[in-house]
Amino acid sequence: MSKPKPQPETAVPTSETAKRRALILAVGGNPNSGKTTLFNRLTGLRQKVANYAGATVEKKTGIYRTASTDVQLIDLPGTYGLTPKSEEERIAAEIILGLNKEISRPHGVLCVVDSTCLEKSLYLVLQVIETGIPAAVLLNMSDELELRGAAIDSGELSRILGVPVLMISATKGTNLKELESLIDSWPHHATAGGGAVNSPLPSDCPSTEMRTGIHGVCRVSDCPSSEFCQLLKIPSLPKVAERRRNARDIASAVLKKPLEPHPWSDKVDAVVMHKFWGSLLFAAIVMLVFQAIFSWAQPFMNLIDSAFSAMAGFVRYALPAGFWRSFLSDGIVAGVGSVVVFLPQILVVFFFISVLENFGYLPRAAAAMDRILHSLGLHGKSFLPLISSYACAIPGIMATRTIENRRDRLATIFVAPFMTCSARLPVYALLISAFVPDIPVFGRFFRLRALTLLGLYAAGFVAAMVTALAMKSSWLKSNGTPFFLEMPPYRIPDFRSIFLHMWDRSKVFLQQAGTVILAVNIILWFLVSYPKKPGPGVNGIDAVRHSYAGRIGTFIEPAIKPLGFDWKIGVGLLSAQAAREVIISTLTTIYSVEEQGEKREGLQKALQKDMTPLTAVSLMFFFAFALQCSSTLAVAHRETGGWKIPALMFLYMNCFAYAASFAVYHLGLLFGHL
Amino acid sequence: MTIKTLLDLKPGESAVVERLATSDETSLKLMELGIGPGESITFLRKAPLGGPVEIELMGYRLCIRRSDSEKIYVQTKAAT
Repeated sequence: MSKPKPQPETAVPTSETAKRRALILAVGGNPNSGKTTLFNRLTGLRQKVANYAGATVEKKTGIYRTASTDVQLIDLPGTYGLTPKSEEERIAAEIILGLNKEISRPHGVLCVVDSTCLEKSLYLVLQVIETGIPAAVLLNMSDELELRGAAIDSGELSRILGVPVLMISATKGTNLKELESLIDSWPHHATAGGGAVNSPLPSDCPSTEMRTGIHGVCRVSDCPSSEFCQLLKIPSLPKVAERRRNARDIASAVLKKPLEPHPWSDKVDAVVMHKFWGSLLFAAIVMLVFQAIFSWAQPFMNLIDSAFSAMAGFVRYALPAGFWRSFLSDGIVAGVGSVVVFLPQILVVFFFISVLENFGYLPRAAAAMDRILHSLGLHGKSFLPLISSYACAIPGIMATRTIENRRDRLATIFVAPFMTCSARLPVYALLISAFVPDIPVFGRFFRLRALTLLGLYAAGFVAAMVTALAMKSSWLKSNGTPFFLEMPPYRIPDFRSIFLHMWDRSKVFLQQAGTVILAVNIILWFLVSYPKKPGPGVNGIDAVRHSYAGRIGTFIEPAIKPLGFDWKIGVGLLSAQAAREVIISTLTTIYSVEEQGEKREGLQKALQKDMTPLTAVSLMFFFAFALQCSSTLAVAHRETGGWKIPALMFLYMNCFAYAASFAVYHLGLLFGHL
Repeated sequence: MTIKTLLDLKPGESAVVERLATSDETSLKLMELGIGPGESITFLRKAPLGGPVEIELMGYRLCIRRSDSEKIYVQTKAAT
């Protein structure tokens, strides 16, 4: 696997400079056109995924090797047009025009078109061709077109558009050989600029500043290169209507036989969109996803956990006591383990999301949920990320990729960590069993312990909804772009693409989040372990108190005193920043009690002696709202393309938690029963 | 000839878009999607509980919010 070499800024290098030709091609198309499936098929595992600088839009590039050409493929964001109204459209337009700072101008664009809705797709194709960049049209899903009894005269389409046209099927791999020879003889036609693809934009373009916003629309009217930048200007509506008319005329000219309705899509819809059966199916699918994330991923997580414990054990056995032993076993191995352990959940979430999305269920479910979530300031597509966040906010935040609207996506990312994730559960379990009496309330069926747990789940949910409402009515106020969701016909999922997608997500998580999480874990390990208190037989409470973490805990004690917490909980909260459940092992160390399997009775007894029930309640509320998870912050950083959003999340949630604990503790003191 | 909004159509009823009473930016987006004056649209169904409406045009299906569909004025063919 080789990394793509940085491409020279000039046009296509000829065979004199290298035996193999290097080419940069962008792959563009509408959402659901099968663009990504084609990209995956051509590049396989030779992909690189990152974010465009400062943007929430994913940058996917990959290498595709034909007989004589090394093609760097750029997967453009899926859009319906190129006039910049969203981040995706701006980036697509910038790349095609050669204005993007990270990617040099491609030598051409492969327009992937869903051939079963040619008229819809031609709008984007016409816009791409208008820019003068060499282009080719790939009529994808040719198998489905055939199945529906239709035919497109691709020769005629090629003649009208003046660019090569090829019928392909990315899922079946039809005609990919022809695509290869098409690429080997690129470019095929002289463009307005005589085939030159360098950006003719003057270096002192006055509108550069304007293009940096989300709405990268150029408003300079008397610019010498305005002809070239047409794309970045808001066109007059008659111009848009004209392009649409052209699309309609061309489509009707080349469609030789009309499409028959999809053979079984309506039958599936009759169930999925049915008031009763549809809701039942929805509930069943949500339960299934929930169950899978919680239970089916668990054995794999346990396996990873015990593998890393064994590794740490081996290090401890193999090395003499001292810095290296502790650093390798407790710092590095445990740190890496705490990252890798999330992988099964991420894989499960992305498996379901990909299957449901490729099949066509996800947009329908999102449409059904939109009314409720929209009234809370979110989006229909927020529901799966939020449900996933009940297991873990990391896959939840990563799953917000399906939300196109940037504001809706940020709002969803922001509230996802309020959902009660599985890492809070062991903390709740410990505190509830230590402090909440097991007595029935409201008759025989509800017991106080279960009710407390339910209350904590509800508290997180309510906090998320209140936050979403507040944000969407102020900071992330919707900019009035209309809501729309395409309802593609149901399709059999392409598992090859799904597994590549899962592989992508894991790689992204391990590489980018992993480095940050590991670093944080190493720092926390260092804080808890150093400096060592001199003298023999020092461990537990004294050793911890002497460490930097202990000193910080003592230092912040006055700040957390109003919540009922002492320095020991302070150290616990500090270490919980690596991952929430770490507070348990930290408290175990501090109180020098042996962990007795799952029951943790020793720790429970120690806590009961040292803490009031009110403090425990206050602590549970703190955990319900606080963002104590460096992994979540690292993932939010990656997904939002900067530290601003994670920093705000961190501040907001921890202030929220502080305020809630403060209120709970003081109300408790006031009423004085506890 | 009757002019009504997209939301007034009955399931299965087709109509031609007459005009868009939306902001220019929204109109641009809708027209890119094919919802522009002169385009014919089939109303499929309303999602329950005030959810979005599903329409079919140019051989594909789309859900849009009710609030947007109220601003799309259409002309039904039948009643000329």
